[in-house]
Amino acid sequence: MRAVAVRYLSVSPLKLVFGLLGLAILAFIGFPLVKMVLSSSPAALWRTLLEPEVKDSILLTLYCALLTTLTGAFLGVPLAYLLARHEFPGKRVIEGLVDIPVVVPHSAAGIALLFVFGRKFFLGGLFHALGIDFVGEVAGIVIAMLFVSTPFLVNAAKEGFRSVDVRLENVARTLGASPWQTFFRVSLPLSWRSILSGSVMMWARGISEFGAVLILTYHPMVAPILVFERFESYGLEYTRPVAVLLILICLVAFVALRAASGWGGRK
Amino acid sequence: MIKIRDLSVDLGQFLLQDVNLDIEEGEYFVVLGPTGAGKTVLLEAIAGLYPIKSGRIWLDGEEITGLGPERRGIGFAYQDYVLFPHLSVRDNIGFGLRQRGRPRGEIRARVDELAELIGISHLLGRRPGTLSGGESQKVVLARALATRPKVLLLDEPLSAMDPLTREELQRELRGIHERFRMTTVHVTHDFEEAIAMGDRIAVLGGGRVVQVGTAEEVFRRPNSEFVARFSLAQNIFRVNVEEGQNGLGVISLGDTRISTSSERRGGLHASLRPEDILISTEPLHSSALNSLPGTLNEVSDRGSTVYLTVSVPPDFVCLITRRSFEEMELRQGMQVFITFKASAVHIF
Repeated sequence: MRAVAVRYLSVSPLKLVFGLLGLAILAFIGFPLVKMVLSSSPAALWRTLLEPEVKDSILLTLYCALLTTLTGAFLGVPLAYLLARHEFPGKRVIEGLVDIPVVVPHSAAGIALLFVFGRKFFLGGLFHALGIDFVGEVAGIVIAMLFVSTPFLVNAAKEGFRSVDVRLENVARTLGASPWQTFFRVSLPLSWRSILSGSVMMWARGISEFGAVLILTYHPMVAPILVFERFESYGLEYTRPVAVLLILICLVAFVALRAASGWGGRK
Repeated sequence: MIKIRDLSVDLGQFLLQDVNLDIEEGEYFVVLGPTGAGKTVLLEAIAGLYPIKSGRIWLDGEEITGLGPERRGIGFAYQDYVLFPHLSVRDNIGFGLRQRGRPRGEIRARVDELAELIGISHLLGRRPGTLSGGESQKVVLARALATRPKVLLLDEPLSAMDPLTREELQRELRGIHERFRMTTVHVTHDFEEAIAMGDRIAVLGGGRVVQVGTAEEVFRRPNSEFVARFSLAQNIFRVNVEEGQNGLGVISLGDTRISTSSERRGGLHASLRPEDILISTEPLHSSALNSLPGTLNEVSDRGSTVYLTVSVPPDFVCLITRRSFEEMELRQGMQVFITFKASAVHIF
C-alpha cells in the first residue's frame, strides 16, 4: 500500500515535463471554451434559445446529425465487420478510402458531393427523378455530414469487431448458429460499446460540420452556418450566445452518450 | 465414423497435406504434435471452420466437406476457455439449443441435467469472467455437449491448467466419454496426456500425419525419428543392423555391440526408451542380453525421477526413480552398468 502511494506521489523529471506539456495543450483546448461559456449570461442564453431562428437551427442540426449517424451505422457497420474479419484483394485501398474524408478539406468535399449529387449530374438526376433533391435540402445536409463523419464510426466499429475473439464466432457456428445469427448474437453484442462510441463521435462530427454543408445547403441553416452568418452580418457580440449554446448542447450530449457507452464495465 | 481422405489445408507458412484418418465410432482419438504443427487447424477443418485446399471428409457415411459448421453436428471446445463473455453460464450452455429453436423448458432441463452431471450446477448464474480455469473448461464442455453432437472436438482442453486441475479434468473427460460414448478427437502437444487419454493416437509432424496407432504402438514402436524424439525415446541412433546369433540382430555403435530382437536388417534407426534401461553399480545377472559398462556423466533431477546420462560410449540416457538414485548413492563420474533387453531396442 505504501509502495503504491509512493509510486503515485513521486515526481520524476519525465513525469513533470510531460505533465506540463500536457497541461499546455489541455489549456489550449479548454481555455477558449470556458472563457466563451462564461462570457454569456444565462439570461442571454435563454433569450437566444427562444429565438425561432436559433431554436430551429439547433434542432435541425441535431436531427440531421442523428439521421446521418443512423444512415452511417446502417451502411458502415457491415463494412467495418468485413474489414475486421476478412482479407480480400483491395482491402488496404478500401481502408484508405474510408479515411480520406478526414484529410480532404471539407469545402472541397462539398464541391465533390455537388458534382455527384447536383441535379445536373447523373446520380443527382436519378434521385431527382425519385423526388429527392440534395442542394438546398435536408438531404444535402445529411450527405455532407455523412461524407465527413463516416470514418469515425467505421474505424471504431472495425476495432470493436477486431477485439472480439474470432473463436467465439467459430464456436457459435458449431453450436448451430448461422452466419447471421452469429453476427447478431455474438459479434454485435460484444462490440456494441465500440460501435456506440463511434456513433457518438460521428454524431458530434456531424453537428460541427460547416464546410461541406455550406456548399450543398446554406438554407435551411444548420447551427454552425448560423453562427458564421451572424458573425459575418452582426459581429462577435451577437454571435456569441448562439456559439455558446451550440457548444453546451454538444458537450452535454457528448458526455451523456460517452457515459452511456461506458456502462456495464469492460468487455 | 469420421473418414478423412487426402485433406490438404494451406496454413500460409506451410501446408498440412495428405491427411488420411479413419476414426471409429465412440473412439477417443488423440491428435498429437508439436506447437505449430497445424493440429488446431486440422480440427477447424473437420468442423468446417477453416477452408480446405483439397480432400474430403465424411461423418457417419455422409460427406460433410461442403457443409457449413452449423450443419455438421460437431461440438467444438477450444483451449483457453472460449466462453461468450456477455452471457451467463446457463445461457452459454443453452446457446446451441436456443439456436435450434428448442422450447425454453427443454433448454432449462437439459442445461440443469448437464450442469449436474459435470458438477457445475452452482455456477449457472455466474458470468464467465468470474470462473476459474477448471470451471470454465467444464462449462465449455457442457456447452459443447448440450446439443448432443455426433463428434466432440477438443483443442488442447487441458493445456492451460495447473497439474491438479488437469488431473481432475482428465478424469472428467474420460468419465464423460465413458458415459456418452461420443466419438472424441482431442488435440494436444503433451505426449503423456495423449498416452493417458487416447484409445488411438495420430502424430502430426512436418505437415503430415506421420504415425497412427494405439498409445502402446506409438510409445513402443515409433515409425520415424520424429515420433521417437517426440515420444521422448531419448536414445536414438542411426544404425546398421546385421544378422547375429539365434535370429537376433546386432548393432555396432563404435566398439559397442548391442542385440535387438527386431527382424529388420540394414541401415535403419534404433530407439531405446530411458525407462527400459536398468542401471546398477555391479554387473547384473539377468536374462537381458545387453549389459554394458559405462561412466555416469550427467544427472538431471526431475523431482520424483532422475535422468542419468551414461557414457559407454555412446551416451545412453536412463530414467530411474529418485528413491533408487538415492539408495544406490549414484554420483557423477562413477563407474556403472546399464542393462536392457534385446526386445527393448526398437528398429525402424
